[in-house]
Amino acid sequence: MLKLYDVEVQSRLLLGTARYPSPAVLAEAVRRSKAEIVTVSLRRETAGGKGGGAFFELIRELGVRVLPNTAGCHSVQEAVLTAKMAREVFRTDWIKLEVIGHHDTLQPDVFGLVEAARILTDEGFQVFPYTTDDLVVAEKLLEAGCRVLMPWCAPIGSAMGPVNPMALRTFRAHFPDIPLIVDAGIGRPSHAASVMEIGYDAVLLNTAVAGAGDPAAMAEAFALAIDAGRLAHAAIPLEPRDMAVPSTPVIGKAVFS
Amino acid sequence: MRILVKGAGVAGLTVAWQLYRHGLDVTIRERAEKAGAGASGFAGGMLAPWCERESAEEPVLTLGRLAADWWEAAVPGHVHRRGTLVVAGGRDAGELDRFAGRTSGWEWLDDAGISALEPDLAGRFRKALFFRQEAHLDPRKALSALTAGLEDGRMRFLYGQAGEPNEGRYDRVIDCTGASRIGHMPELRGVRGEMFTLETGEITLSRPVRLLHPRHPIYIVPREKNRFMVGATMIESEDAGPITARSLMELLNAAYALHPAFGEARLAETGAGVRPAFPDNLPRVTEDGNTIHVNGLYRHGFLLAPAMAGEVARRLVAQQQQPERRAS
Repeated sequence: MLKLYDVEVQSRLLLGTARYPSPAVLAEAVRRSKAEIVTVSLRRETAGGKGGGAFFELIRELGVRVLPNTAGCHSVQEAVLTAKMAREVFRTDWIKLEVIGHHDTLQPDVFGLVEAARILTDEGFQVFPYTTDDLVVAEKLLEAGCRVLMPWCAPIGSAMGPVNPMALRTFRAHFPDIPLIVDAGIGRPSHAASVMEIGYDAVLLNTAVAGAGDPAAMAEAFALAIDAGRLAHAAIPLEPRDMAVPSTPVIGKAVFS
Repeated sequence: MRILVKGAGVAGLTVAWQLYRHGLDVTIRERAEKAGAGASGFAGGMLAPWCERESAEEPVLTLGRLAADWWEAAVPGHVHRRGTLVVAGGRDAGELDRFAGRTSGWEWLDDAGISALEPDLAGRFRKALFFRQEAHLDPRKALSALTAGLEDGRMRFLYGQAGEPNEGRYDRVIDCTGASRIGHMPELRGVRGEMFTLETGEITLSRPVRLLHPRHPIYIVPREKNRFMVGATMIESEDAGPITARSLMELLNAAYALHPAFGEARLAETGAGVRPAFPDNLPRVTEDGNTIHVNGLYRHGFLLAPAMAGEVARRLVAQQQQPERRAS
């Protein structure tokens, strides 16, 4: 079981809901992924007035827990405002906090992130911060009240997979008791399996599924890969060696040559 | 058979035209003061089923490939069969391969091929996809022409303040009122789209150009009088308010990336509309008592309305030929 704040879930895949070909495809992808948590981004024009009522109704009908996010927010003020609107729309204290600092790489503004995390925690939110693999920033986020950390493994939507596995390992080793979710940069199921193998607790995906040729099938492939990676981690994989080791002993075998 | 068509957007007018051709007595009721006042007037008017297949289900291609012929027959001279050009910026070249992998009916062009089609884009892109079979039209002109053709046919139009017709006096009612049915029709939702029109004489395009981008893909459709329609955002929202600064900025930025001449263009118009859609983003013809609903055309109004109109006509003609079934 994975415990995120006070909630326990079985699935270790969190699925984003943006950019699917249609809500019907999204629903099928969520079903086949067996995800119990989906992230939903809230745009200002969506929340205002009658907003995206029908779309959010479809999301609610998926029967999964909603983790609203502040995607696309470029300032503390904007992120805090969006989080408050999300709380109204989805009636949850959960918020995936994104404060973008660089328009091109979508790199988080870690200073703004820590500040917004502090403000939101003080207002009773349970914050899931989208951050880099920087340990010092992560410490500050914990000090600000976060009980989950979500480091990237590559820029959002880049599909590059882990570009710095060593940093991810260090991050895991440094925060052994905090739920760690790799958020952003995953492109393929093998990427997801690899971060689960090194001990991450869960993976958050969107574009890798939504942009696939068959999103629903890809969602299932990710679920299988995440389970495999999780199982492999528990089974304690071999560490790489710099020499060959035969799987059967050489000594004592008959020599024919 | 007396028919009342509610709504004079692209769905209502295509249905009316199709039924009129079958010799039915049709009245059109439109709450606005003129035809095409809703989302239809902000459409791109691209008859591009091969490109749309990138993110749409198969029926969009199978039903949509008939659209250009339908429009040519209904409003002769309004359909421009010059294909669609799809390009991507240098570092987004992977987007073109992805697009090609998910579509058919294209051919690769190199720089020479691009400049042969669109001389003003010469030297700007190293390769492009060309969808030769696609076409486009100007939605407002096409709807005006369709309306004019129907008025000549002595079809009755009831606009704006005209009193509500007594639906009981009609044999069938065809409801084509689109987004106004959101909240009344199960599963129907709104998808906001924003567009603007630029005016510049410094660049000429002969066909719609799609600029792929991982975050802000756009299309630019050339119109008459040095105008270019730029669209369109896809936002899960029923808000029909004016375009936001952010959307305008993102779309303008993409247009500028396509060609710097757009930086000096005049912003002639901005607009936003709510497109009705079902969860699979495919349109439906459904019956509810005496009423036939045509709805959920999503971003494919001009592309799929002809097929929906054909479906309505088939049902009505079949029912007309079997009066005994209706009586039972």
